[in-house]
Amino acid sequence: MLERANPVSESRVGEGGWRVVVGTRLSRIAAIVAAFVVVGLVVLPAFASRALIQDLIFVFTMLALAQLWNVLAGWGGLITVGQQAFVGLGGYVLFAATVLAGLDPLLAIPLAGLFAGLVAALIGPLLFRLEGPYFAIGSWVVAEVCRLLCAQFKPLGGGTGTSLPNVVTANMWGLKPVQDLLAVRAPVARDVIVYWLTLVVVVATIAAIYAFARSRLGLALAATRDSMAASRSIGIRAHRIRYGLWIVCGVATGIVGAIVYLQKARISPDAAFSVTDWTAYVLFIAVIGGVRTIEGPVVGVLLLWALQHYLAQFGSLYLLLLGLIAIVMMLFLPKGLWGTFAERADIHLMPLRRRLRRS
Amino acid sequence: MQPALLELKGVSKSFGALVVADNIDLRLEAGEALGIIGPNGAGKSTLFNLVAGLLRPASGTILLDGHDVTATPAEARCRAGIGRSFQVPQPFGSLTVFENTAAAALFGAGKSPAEVADFCADILELTGLIGKADRLAGGLPLLDRKRLELARALATGPRLLLLDEIAGGLTDAECQTLIATIREIRRRGVAVIWIEHVVHALLAVVDRLIALDFGRVVAEGAPDQVMNSEIVRTIYMGVPA
Repeated sequence: MLERANPVSESRVGEGGWRVVVGTRLSRIAAIVAAFVVVGLVVLPAFASRALIQDLIFVFTMLALAQLWNVLAGWGGLITVGQQAFVGLGGYVLFAATVLAGLDPLLAIPLAGLFAGLVAALIGPLLFRLEGPYFAIGSWVVAEVCRLLCAQFKPLGGGTGTSLPNVVTANMWGLKPVQDLLAVRAPVARDVIVYWLTLVVVVATIAAIYAFARSRLGLALAATRDSMAASRSIGIRAHRIRYGLWIVCGVATGIVGAIVYLQKARISPDAAFSVTDWTAYVLFIAVIGGVRTIEGPVVGVLLLWALQHYLAQFGSLYLLLLGLIAIVMMLFLPKGLWGTFAERADIHLMPLRRRLRRS
Repeated sequence: MQPALLELKGVSKSFGALVVADNIDLRLEAGEALGIIGPNGAGKSTLFNLVAGLLRPASGTILLDGHDVTATPAEARCRAGIGRSFQVPQPFGSLTVFENTAAAALFGAGKSPAEVADFCADILELTGLIGKADRLAGGLPLLDRKRLELARALATGPRLLLLDEIAGGLTDAECQTLIATIREIRRRGVAVIWIEHVVHALLAVVDRLIALDFGRVVAEGAPDQVMNSEIVRTIYMGVPA
């Protein structure tokens, strides 16, 4: 019905000799180093202790969740404190699919993602009627509703939860080959498989977010966050982009949740939908490292890991300390450790800015 | 008869008891430049929000090229050729000046990523922002924010450009540059509707003028005719001349 006509554009397209530059020499070197690090992490189970592998499972899952929260809240302006809804649903779908329907865990994981995405698609239109802090509270309420519903689900233990029977993981696909390959016992092989799964998920999440942030849709998303009215006035389908992002992040968060609970092998509504575990820590990672950067959460998760390693035995004091660090950071370094460093030193390992250059 | 580029038929809108658009009829041909004057609160910016699609009229029809766009959302109206600036600049503050225009070029004008650099560089040169292309829009001073409003609207490849008080606060020299820029935009075939309190700038550009008061069109016609009309003098001077 409405055709395009661009009188302004016709004068000098293609003859101006301008181009857009995003990458730098540093970012290309960083990409090569990152590739080596990933390869190193893939072969790590051949040398590393089981404790380190278990620690890294925690690091990778938290990093994936933090990156997903960062893209929703940092780039999209969708500040949610209800991501535990998708973690918990992912975990419960994994349990339901394996325990009740007898599916292989590796098949149940994508199923968990799809289910979480479906729920995200259904509640999205309701939540998006709310703005800012109301959206945040709404997302939390949704997670609480999910928790209460799962607590009513008797086949998986209701409010007390249930454990994953040994038979589920004992016959898991890939267990035998990994046992033979690394010459380890079945429980260790299971950890290794989960480790590789989390590695795949976190690398894919980071790569996808980086590609997205540099794409035209990533530019559009940043515009919708800065001004909804102006973004719509320059032709961006703001609502559609936000909704699509919300669903995709729901799928990814559900997948992470399923993997987390495959590793834990025990689920309860209070743990699976815990706002502390799946949103507070995640927020801590993103805020400490630097919101709106991809490097930031990597720094943040390493810091959390270190703090947990040295201070977790102090119990609630540890949580108080985390809260204190987060408050001090927000007051004095609102851009986070990496964000502040990157800005002052002008060092960007994964640059996102599009710079205009004359060729 | 060729359909007009833009046509408003009996468009009305109220915010509660406050009538901000009262049965407005308006017609604009392709390439034409129309000025809008009127006191604060007369409904000028509301009229832009109605035309650009950020507000829906309570009654009446809005036609673009003879097609009814009354129910068309803002993003689709932009892609159909309506570009607008905001009275209070709304830059994408976390993006650079270039990225602000690039988003408009990609989504509003439907440019391919390969075309964006040259297309936006041309607009940034025209609006005097080329030297600040890599600066963050959030850190710009007011004059540059206004320039960016214009640049970003132009980058949507509009056939109709809605300018909302972009000359306010400018020095005389800056104002002359702005007038030259808008003349150049017109020369490229873009129709312009310009809301402005800086009347001498307006008169240097527009073909036709309308005066709004309490959401109604109270005078319409050739610029000097409208400026000299009794009703406009009453509104601005308080007494008939």
